[in-house]
Amino acid sequence: MATITQSIFTPATAARFDKLATIYPVKRSALVPMLLYAQDEVGYVSDAVVTEIAQRLDLLELDVRNVLSYYSMLRTKPAGKYNVQVCTNISCMLRGGFELLDHCKNKLGIDHKETTPDGLFSLEEVECIGACCWAPAVQVNYDFHDELTPEKLDAVLDTYRARESK
Amino acid sequence: MADVTFTVDGKKITAPAGTLLLEACKAHGIEIPAFCYYPGLSLQAACRMCVVRIEKVPKLQTACTTPVAEGMVVITESPEIAQARKATLQLLLGNHPLDCPVCDAGGECELQDMTFKYGAAESFYAEPKNHREEQKWSPVVYFDRPRCILCYRCVRMCGEGMDIFALGVQNRGSSSVIAPNVPPQLSGVSSHGEDLAQLDCEQCGMCIDACPVGALTSGTYRYKTRPWEMNHTATVCTHCGDGCKTTLGVRPVADGAEIVRGDNRDKSGINGDFLCNKGRYAFDFANHAERLTQPLVRKSGKLTPVSWEEALSYAGTRLRDLRQDRGPESIGIIGSNRTTNEENYLLQKFARTVIGTNNIDHHRTADFVTLANALAGTGTTYGKSRFASQRSVQTAQAILLVGGDPTNQAPLTAWNIRTNVRLNKARLYIANHEAIKLRRQAKAFAPVASFGYGAFVQSLGEGNDFAKAVRAEEDLVVLVGNELHGGELASLIAALPQARFALLSDYVNSRGAADMGVLPDVLPGYQPLSGAALAAEYNSPATAGLDLLAMFDAASTGKLSALYVVGSNPIRRYGIDPATLASTFVIVQDLFLTETAAVADVVLPAANLYEKAGTVTNSYGDLQLVSKAADKSGVRPDFELIVRLAGHMGHDLHSLVPFSRGLRADMGQTRGASSGEADRHAVFLTANKLEPKLSPFDPFAILDEIQRLIPGYDKLLRLQMLSGNDQHITPASSGLTQIAGTRKDLVLPSSDTLFTSGSLTRYSPMLEDVQRHQSSRSAGASAGQMTSAD
Repeated sequence: MATITQSIFTPATAARFDKLATIYPVKRSALVPMLLYAQDEVGYVSDAVVTEIAQRLDLLELDVRNVLSYYSMLRTKPAGKYNVQVCTNISCMLRGGFELLDHCKNKLGIDHKETTPDGLFSLEEVECIGACCWAPAVQVNYDFHDELTPEKLDAVLDTYRARESK
Repeated sequence: MADVTFTVDGKKITAPAGTLLLEACKAHGIEIPAFCYYPGLSLQAACRMCVVRIEKVPKLQTACTTPVAEGMVVITESPEIAQARKATLQLLLGNHPLDCPVCDAGGECELQDMTFKYGAAESFYAEPKNHREEQKWSPVVYFDRPRCILCYRCVRMCGEGMDIFALGVQNRGSSSVIAPNVPPQLSGVSSHGEDLAQLDCEQCGMCIDACPVGALTSGTYRYKTRPWEMNHTATVCTHCGDGCKTTLGVRPVADGAEIVRGDNRDKSGINGDFLCNKGRYAFDFANHAERLTQPLVRKSGKLTPVSWEEALSYAGTRLRDLRQDRGPESIGIIGSNRTTNEENYLLQKFARTVIGTNNIDHHRTADFVTLANALAGTGTTYGKSRFASQRSVQTAQAILLVGGDPTNQAPLTAWNIRTNVRLNKARLYIANHEAIKLRRQAKAFAPVASFGYGAFVQSLGEGNDFAKAVRAEEDLVVLVGNELHGGELASLIAALPQARFALLSDYVNSRGAADMGVLPDVLPGYQPLSGAALAAEYNSPATAGLDLLAMFDAASTGKLSALYVVGSNPIRRYGIDPATLASTFVIVQDLFLTETAAVADVVLPAANLYEKAGTVTNSYGDLQLVSKAADKSGVRPDFELIVRLAGHMGHDLHSLVPFSRGLRADMGQTRGASSGEADRHAVFLTANKLEPKLSPFDPFAILDEIQRLIPGYDKLLRLQMLSGNDQHITPASSGLTQIAGTRKDLVLPSSDTLFTSGSLTRYSPMLEDVQRHQSSRSAGASAGQMTSAD
């Protein structure tokens, strides 16, 4: 592995990446987990992230971009602090997923894959998030909010907003 | 592997086990269509066009990934298969723009052919097409996204074939798209406020060549003409010493015929499908605005356009007078690396018989004299000549590369090495003073200090692992860069008695110039200046003449009365002070007013290699036919100019070029003073069933003489040559000039890269464009805020 002298990641993440590159039979297998962890830390997969991960895995930056562009959950632009992901797959759709999505669009004033001007919220329409039993469901960052109605969703969004104003 | 027998469309076919069904069928004349399959590249099975019905297998199978098996029963055409292929085509055409009337590939498009064959004119898909503007990735590579059928041929060609990996596939499903390696946000290039993706690579255009449709198009050819409106001529590329075969697409223009496209259309010859950046695009120098199209004569200190008659008769008369007044030894001649064998032979014959001097040399880029001498008399290795051919690089089990950087200097050699390593698991050993790119294919890499090749050759006799491995190789081809010449080269050859050798030279006919004796100390075929039959026939001086540098030394002391330079630019190449030639009468034949031409007294505009016929010999000694493709009014082939100059000197042309038997025919009946003297040329022609040539300007008249007089070239098969096949020429095995201890090594590498080609570079706008493009890439595009005009 190419030695990384000046990592852009926190020491903990960098150490985690050092290990990740060693635990697969083929080094490039660590690519997707690395991209996900990097996105969690940086907020999105920046060009600098691509460069460092390519170095760590002895890949070309083009290889990293090929994989990166394949997955819709990896993003190359910063998202809002709270990324609201509304499921519209079948269970959620039947129980009002699209109403929730439209409600979010109106309420936040943004469309799919957009971010509010204050950078607080971004909105995404996503495929199944595995919460069909409690549809319709919305995922904000890594938190689940289920059996929602537009009113309940308002409350959810308000708690995040309130968290910010403190 | 053992053969297996199976049935295809009711026909019994036998093929080696392990052969792919598609290839086995192809070998037996059964065509199975395929977009993604490309011979020599990894299997993709992405396009589903090659589906066939195999008995006892429930679903249609892809013939491109199915190995043949004993007793297999295959059906390749049936209504079921046609329907499957038609459905595939409908999907492919779903977002295809169908802009065939303006597409570069129109008429040569595999998608068009298949649509025609399977008739997918009606489609179930009525969705609006998803249009995208075409993208300019580099000066030579353009991408038209909607035309792309995602066969991944370009991706694999770039990665596996070229070892560059500059192309990838991004996004997913119907949004998938071929992407170059510099993403828009990092390219620093934008147009109308939009960042543009760029391609940072060797710009070889192999992706364009492999593209079955018109998705990747060439910067020099796009939207210029239709394939069927060009005339196609198979000839040899004029750039490096590899001698790739190329098919030039030519169309008529006001002042002749211009080349609009270069590609190896029929994938034949030593290069198969390969061509590099220079072969594919760098023919535009022919139409450069500064191209000379009128003879110039210096009048009151200024080069003035004159008629051909005036220029030639002035040059011929002056040359004749200077020869009479100051002697033949006062005249020097410099030949070219880019002219044909016939022209090179004619030029040295001109020097030795018309002028009567051995003062002839050229810009040497490899020491072929030492190669010929060191291998002379050493016979063969495992039944093969010890001179390696380009084809042996494709098949040898082991290759040792000493010095040189084929990736940049001899791209076909690099391609053949990579292909041999990839497909045949050949073992590549590299000894180099730089970490060249080919080390990625190497089994072992021995770093050598700069100018340390002598020590490396010594170390080959020692017990280190590298030396042991190399010495143990039985089928070994050694490729030698131009760092090694003279004694070092001779001892390398002596150190590996089992190997075959080739030198990497820099220009298309570097080897030819040496073989043809454009050298002061050897006659054609590296024969000695005295003693050989050739020397007797020439009746030329027996002492070695001045070499290129000695000529300029003589000029500086006023001893050189005249200098005749054909297709060479020594003043720039050797950094010579133009004032040296102040008292010398200089005649220059060239395409452009080079630094050397600028100081000449007579300048004759010459045709380039694409505008003449003849033969050339590549670095390896593979001889190939050069055919006239383009035409330019106002220029003449060097061959004609040399003959005319001899004529204007009052020389009997029949003794220079053996043409037109006429009344001079002497079939050996002559009696009297020349009793027993047969007209050897006429006897040779009769014996070889060749016709006498009727014109003194016919290069084939000289080819006849070359074949008659030069050992090695006597084995030439005309039918092979005229069919466009390459033939490997090996110099004589004995009786060559012995190298004197004081012989100077005059090898001067051209130091050309992928994007330069000697003096032609600055006259090729495309090469300069590509250089700018690549330098802005490597300079870190973030700094450059380059905005393209379009």
